[in-house]
Amino acid sequence: MSLTAAVKTLRIDGRDLSGRQEETILDVARQHGIFIPRLCEMEGLSDVGACRLCLVEVKGQNRLLPACVTAVEEGMEVTTNSDRLQKYRRMILELLFTERNHVCAVCVSNGHCEMQMLAQGLDITHVHFPYRYPKVEVDASHDRFVIDHNRCILCTRCVRVCDEIEGAHTWDVLGRGIDAKVITDLNEPWGLSETCTSCGKCVHVCPTGALFEKGRSVAEMLKRRQFLPYLTLMREENE
Amino acid sequence: MKQGNTIVIDPVTRIEGHSKITLHLNEDGRVEEARFHVTQFRGFEKFCEGRPFYEMPSLMARICGICPVSHLIASAKACDSLLAVRIPPTADKLRRIFGLAQVLQSHALSLFYLSSPDLLLGMDADPAKSNLFGVAEKNPELARDGIRLRQFGQQIIERLGGKRIHPAWIVPGGVSEPLTATNRDAILDALPEALSIVERTLEWFKSTMENFREEIASFGNFPTMFMGIVKQDNGLTFYDGKLRIVDASGKVVADALDPTRYSDYIGEKVEPWSYMKSAYYKPLGFPDGVYRVGPLARLNVADRCGTPLADQELAEFHELQRTAVLSSFHYHHARLIEMLYCVERMERLLNDAEILSLHVRAVAEPNALEGVGACEAPRGTLFHHYKIDDQGLIRWVNLVIATGHNNLAMNRSILQVAKHFVRGHHLTPGMLNRVEAVIRAYDPCLSCATHALGQMALHIQLLSPGGEVLDQVARG
Repeated sequence: MSLTAAVKTLRIDGRDLSGRQEETILDVARQHGIFIPRLCEMEGLSDVGACRLCLVEVKGQNRLLPACVTAVEEGMEVTTNSDRLQKYRRMILELLFTERNHVCAVCVSNGHCEMQMLAQGLDITHVHFPYRYPKVEVDASHDRFVIDHNRCILCTRCVRVCDEIEGAHTWDVLGRGIDAKVITDLNEPWGLSETCTSCGKCVHVCPTGALFEKGRSVAEMLKRRQFLPYLTLMREENE
Repeated sequence: MKQGNTIVIDPVTRIEGHSKITLHLNEDGRVEEARFHVTQFRGFEKFCEGRPFYEMPSLMARICGICPVSHLIASAKACDSLLAVRIPPTADKLRRIFGLAQVLQSHALSLFYLSSPDLLLGMDADPAKSNLFGVAEKNPELARDGIRLRQFGQQIIERLGGKRIHPAWIVPGGVSEPLTATNRDAILDALPEALSIVERTLEWFKSTMENFREEIASFGNFPTMFMGIVKQDNGLTFYDGKLRIVDASGKVVADALDPTRYSDYIGEKVEPWSYMKSAYYKPLGFPDGVYRVGPLARLNVADRCGTPLADQELAEFHELQRTAVLSSFHYHHARLIEMLYCVERMERLLNDAEILSLHVRAVAEPNALEGVGACEAPRGTLFHHYKIDDQGLIRWVNLVIATGHNNLAMNRSILQVAKHFVRGHHLTPGMLNRVEAVIRAYDPCLSCATHALGQMALHIQLLSPGGEVLDQVARG
């Protein structure tokens, strides 16, 4: 295969762009400064297409496609923002807010939360679905970190970073549907985990205030997410 | 509205929270019993269970939009004792300034926004005009002063804490950010204006007192004890010290009580007709252990203010009565003297050599499983009491709020005012307004006291001996 054959040209929001054939719509959009909202996707981690916020319209396709797992194709015409997409994105976020107990005002991540920023960006001022108010536990058994399941949106970034980057695979998902939750080891308290290396990567990739450092007060949990692509890069170079 | 022999005022207006008043009449149409019902419920003590204690100051601040800083302080002090740390001296001073700014803005709200219509326009004024707009029409300077003074307090809170309402700046172990020189200088620059506003309002208030002789004599004018926190030298303080209780004659009943052991001497009784608990002094039992807290109580328990202008005014205040100053009408006067103290004290703290120190936070893991924090909120003594588990999650919370301490005294005050002013089965706006005005003198915060949400309004019911509602008035 020649080098040129691996490059696909496509149009995103009316702009003529190109990407390598293994790249996704989201990759190419990101390279060209086109913003597509997402909560589960993160540069440096594998993609799962779970949150559905990156859904885009592709000409000729009846259904919406997740930009994070859809590879670019020759001649594709992609729309990343439309009334229909905004409506769905708002709905997804509103449903996430109703699912557990998100109280921004007293959250450690207030002002630094990815979900809060997306909601603000989509002008969400009210949630149109009834809240579920489930009774959910907080696990503060770890010496340095806390998981507050009230704020977890099941993006599984923690599960992936622990498995793919740290190699510990402490985190996993238990249960299905509305009963699903992230767990440490075999659903033991985090503080008792034998596999956890206390590296803190899960805390820093978490998009909300579900994972945070102990002792942080409201709005004090600043997350450093930019480290991940470098870690991945260094690892690949060493291999 | 009146039905049978009960008068209902529902809702009570120009106070903070939701309440109603019922007045029971006897066969002759005279008021026999009065009850102050707080009709809102919140449940803060319960839903905090299971939360990390580091969240508590910000969670507790949500109890109130007017005095969030007091809850922040009491909560952070309770958390300091969970950490078992001594916070850096600069953090201590910054918290004090924060607290004083809040007392200033809260007192300004109570006096100018809520009570000045009664004081300026009179108790019998047209209810449609009895508000800040009515005040602005008759005495624009007074209205402007009130707005400016409240703004001044709120702006200090914003300069220190980042925002005016519910700032997250006070944290367990101290404060999250040091004070900048720019902010210190800006606050200092504005202090002289605040001082002159308080001084001229005090003069105005004292000149109007003559018009309220009947009210002074009947607005909660009865012997009770008074409780407040005083400094080591028995001076006025809002932040830290020992509890002192004096009786109606001004004699000290209990001194140097440790606020963290409040449950040894303060009991809380639940009445089926109100969501607000009634606090009482345990050694005298219920209801004889009635005491008052807040501005009037603080000036009755403290030997001095500790700042020159406020001390001068305090001496004059004590001339009102040789014993403790008993009429709840004088809460207004006490509030003004405290505002004077706040401005003077802030100036001294802001000129402290250490005030810009960058060391403002002590860091520690929880070292104790139980902690109590106490401070003087604008409306009186405030206690926050937490228990945590070994992971630092809240397991139990008890809050004793200023308005709860005053519950018994407020009920008695309503009865006294109603007996004096309400006659027969017909209600006039002036009668009702006096019943409301006595409540306003206490400046109750029912949102705090019931730990409920919403606006304050008044509801008075007039009940017959048989219990049916004769008349009721609702405003809000």
